Amino acid sequence: MKAKVYVTLKKGVLDPQGKAVCGALESMGYKEVKGLRIGKFIEIEIDGVSQKDADKRLKEMCEKLLANTVVEDYKVEIE
Amino acid sequence: MKFGIIVFPGSNCDHDCYHAVKHIFDQKAEYIWHKETSLKGFGCVIIPGGFSYGDYLRTGAIARFSPVMQEVAAFAKNGGLVIGICNGFQILTEAGLLPGVLMRNKTLKFICKNVHIRIENNRTAFTKTYQKNQVLNIPIAHADGNYFADQDTIKRLEDNNQVIFRYSDKDGKITEDANPNGSVNNIAAIINKTGNVFGTMPHPERVCESILGGENGKKIFEGIVSATI
Repeated sequence: MKAKVYVTLKKGVLDPQGKAVCGALESMGYKEVKGLRIGKFIEIEIDGVSQKDADKRLKEMCEKLLANTVVEDYKVEIE
Repeated sequence: MKFGIIVFPGSNCDHDCYHAVKHIFDQKAEYIWHKETSLKGFGCVIIPGGFSYGDYLRTGAIARFSPVMQEVAAFAKNGGLVIGICNGFQILTEAGLLPGVLMRNKTLKFICKNVHIRIENNRTAFTKTYQKNQVLNIPIAHADGNYFADQDTIKRLEDNNQVIFRYSDKDGKITEDANPNGSVNNIAAIINKTGNVFGTMPHPERVCESILGGENGKKIFEGIVSATI
């Protein structure tokens, strides 16, 4: 099983990196770019647990380590 | 009084802390490898600056799961004095021993320079020999010092006088220009509610002797020593 974890900054939390990249795209002429936020993408190989357990354990992994829920949201997809 | 200085892979201010404690303040000091599982006999634990685990994932995120951190939590719960400096502050927030989080500087740059801070609360073990509103010139050296917490947490910190240092100008005015990294309310250092876990982005251990540029950090250590005698 492969899990994909997306960690993104919560709404309202300033993302200076995203802002800088957004500004760069605009200055390159991509005027349609109106906002950009940068997050993390994590791929996890998983073996030996049911999908249901994997769901639960991945959520735990996100809460405990992969995301800092003070400022970050996360989303998990299992393939 | 014995200070314990925790060493993670990637810590790099551990020697500065050791030098300050042992040679300037004439106290016992020992390094504690992060795999240790006992803090018996220590009066104060220092979590030093550096780049524990290369700052992988987030600053402090991996270090906070090192075996010794469980002991640090228990030590703090029993009232032991814990001071986290720079990366140490980041580790304490990740561990949940202090609220909030230290995010990437607003400028996205690593900032290494002297700044001014104002003492907001001198009724703590760490700051009791300073005057309230005293302004200090003190070094910072970090890429992730932008203190952030939700509004309720900030309000709680402010209401309980848990903000200990604020970035200010040389006259003690709290201004946007004096804020090097984007921290909410110019926060540079906080303490937990019970007053024994202290996290600071500025480095007091780097200004403990005039030959190295100043003595503005000395009183932090003097406070700790007198609190634990």
